[in-house]
Amino acid sequence: MKKYIIPSIRLTLVLIVLLCILYPISIALAGKFAKGKGGGEKIVKNGKTVGYAMLGQSFTKPEYFWGRPSAVAYNAAGSAGSNKGPSNPDYLKEVQSRIDALLKYNPGLKKSDIPADMVTASGSGLDPNISEQGAAIQIARVAKARKIDEKKVKELVAMNTLKPLMGLFGPSSVNVLKLNLALDNL
Amino acid sequence: MNTELIGIIATFLLTLIIAIPLGKYLAKVFAGEKVWTDFLKPLENGIYKLSGINVKEQMNWKQQLKALLTINVLWLVYGFFVLIFQDKLPFNPDGNPGMTPDLAFNTIISFVANCNLQHYSGESGVSYLTQQFVLMFLQFVSAATGIAAAVVLFKAFRDKTATQLGNFWEFFVKSITRLLLPLSVIVALILTFNGTPASYEGKDQFISVQGDTVNVSRGPAAQMIAIKHLGTNGGGYFGANSAHPFENPSYLTNMVEVIAQTIIPIAMIIAFGYFIRRRKLAWTIFGVMTIGLFMLMIPTLSSELGGNPAIAKMGISQATGAMEGKEVRLGPAATAYWSTLTTVISTGSVNGMHDSTMPLTGLWQLLAMMINAIYGGCGVGLLNYFVYLIIAVFISGLMVGRTPEFLGHKVEAREIKIAALITLLSPFLILAGTAIASYVFTNHGNAAWAVQPKAWLNNPGFHGFSEMLYEVTSSNANNGSGFEGLGDNNIFWNVLTGVIIFLGRFLPIIGPVAIAGLLAGKKFIPESAGTLKTDTKTFALMTFAVILVLNALSYFPALALGPLAEYFTMLK
Repeated sequence: MKKYIIPSIRLTLVLIVLLCILYPISIALAGKFAKGKGGGEKIVKNGKTVGYAMLGQSFTKPEYFWGRPSAVAYNAAGSAGSNKGPSNPDYLKEVQSRIDALLKYNPGLKKSDIPADMVTASGSGLDPNISEQGAAIQIARVAKARKIDEKKVKELVAMNTLKPLMGLFGPSSVNVLKLNLALDNL
Repeated sequence: MNTELIGIIATFLLTLIIAIPLGKYLAKVFAGEKVWTDFLKPLENGIYKLSGINVKEQMNWKQQLKALLTINVLWLVYGFFVLIFQDKLPFNPDGNPGMTPDLAFNTIISFVANCNLQHYSGESGVSYLTQQFVLMFLQFVSAATGIAAAVVLFKAFRDKTATQLGNFWEFFVKSITRLLLPLSVIVALILTFNGTPASYEGKDQFISVQGDTVNVSRGPAAQMIAIKHLGTNGGGYFGANSAHPFENPSYLTNMVEVIAQTIIPIAMIIAFGYFIRRRKLAWTIFGVMTIGLFMLMIPTLSSELGGNPAIAKMGISQATGAMEGKEVRLGPAATAYWSTLTTVISTGSVNGMHDSTMPLTGLWQLLAMMINAIYGGCGVGLLNYFVYLIIAVFISGLMVGRTPEFLGHKVEAREIKIAALITLLSPFLILAGTAIASYVFTNHGNAAWAVQPKAWLNNPGFHGFSEMLYEVTSSNANNGSGFEGLGDNNIFWNVLTGVIIFLGRFLPIIGPVAIAGLLAGKKFIPESAGTLKTDTKTFALMTFAVILVLNALSYFPALALGPLAEYFTMLK
């Protein structure tokens, strides 16, 4: 073994310089040319940061579109899913109470129209998106709370819907933060 | 057909389009033939020179293993101390604490072993120094270790009889300079320009639209996420791994990340065939593995896309599938696809929480890790498959009454003993580990550990048992994903899984390399009418049957107690 110890130490040191200093710093420098300068894309309103484009935040007021349930209450200092198993009785009660809350705050909503994403917690707890259907079921409530035409809200939802990649791959989604800021800008 | 399904089909095709040429390229790199990346030679020579390595020096299989183990032990010691003292070292902008000795023990073994089981959470458990100088460093070198070990196997079967199997340091360094580092740069840049943070800024704070104060963890994540996938490591920068919108900001990055973790394991199989000039054998191996992959993936897709039956009963529409623990921008199909690949390959990164997947999905995830040889981890996947091959050669030899041979070398008692021991190691570690954990959970619920055993499980009943079974299985497979509801940061789980990861990593490297080395040293027997051919459909079927029977016999009882029992109780 002795024969290999010195080369091991020297090789480790050389590789640390290459892999832990040169590589990451070059990427960080290149990142300065990316959106958000490699620190995450921020959304600024009136000169103040109000959020990150990719991070969901908590919306509870009726005049805003709500995001998905979150296991970490949208606290982006951490991230986690609920890790609840599909058959866990406590979890299923929680889902039921989310359904009840949606029905309560969105009068006229039919249960069968509620999409799964609106009553289940996301994997990261920071999901910035809801499904198109998740937005659709909230349009009436938001329009009423803001006293504006439903059509106008519908248009904004359509404008803030991200279609599948190249129109072909993956699901479509609605960015809740961007949509709500667009509403505030009306 | 819907866009989610088109998305995963496109992802798989793209993977093959990249992986197959990459395999041919790798065969040339390791054979020392001319390739277009030869302009990197001066860099490699510089590395050899600074390290005092003479790559002309040939090693036999024992020397190869000695070099491999020595440098791995060195990393264990180095990393352990950095983890413990990270609070006193620089580059800790968020002021995170040092690790407890048991957590450091677990974490360092886990990263040296290419497992990346994480009992800490990236945002609060490690400093920027640790992330880059220990964890990301190990993601590169542990992957390169696996690849180098597989190249020793390549060497063993290239020539008729060989005792000198090349130079370990050369294979190891080339794995980094010709493969892992260049690809990491590409992937990291794609991620950075699609929204993943790459800078060294610390936590940020903002006031949200509704007036809440929110703290945001950031840091140089893109660099680590690139190698975490390419090196089949899986250890995320953030706690939620690739479900985190920073780690995996869009469907495009999701495709890139899942392709990145699949290309090297596939390329290694192709490289094997080209390197030893037996392409048909490589395609046979690839075929068996790919059929295995689909047999796991199709039922996974069907159980996830079907949604949670308990939620369906409440009257909710699950048009796209089960959504608990999943992200809207990725969707259930891409998450199911990823969950299969991340468990067959030993990556263990997740883009959705496995603990919340349907019972049968959990079954396929567990089975994928138990087999651990469908593509498999960087280099080690092929080594694991090689052990199954040897067993299949032996059994077929007995069935037709011929001396078992593999590629012109007689397989004798010594090789079979090693292969049998390695095959038995997995069920032993998995079943004994789960049994010990279950015993402690039921009989010592009040033990005064950081998490009391009675509070370990996040879910009651059969699913709770699956959480323990999954943790142990993932450790043995060096996978690193988890049913993360398990309260695993305490001395029991840290030590138990640390030991299992260590044994589950190094013995399955030593075993196959030893078998290959022993076989290579034997007299070459030219192929004749009496030779058992290993690249035929019949032999492929035989290998498949061996894999199926060995795993079914070993694990059926445990699987019946966990995911199967949960599935059947949900039916009623």
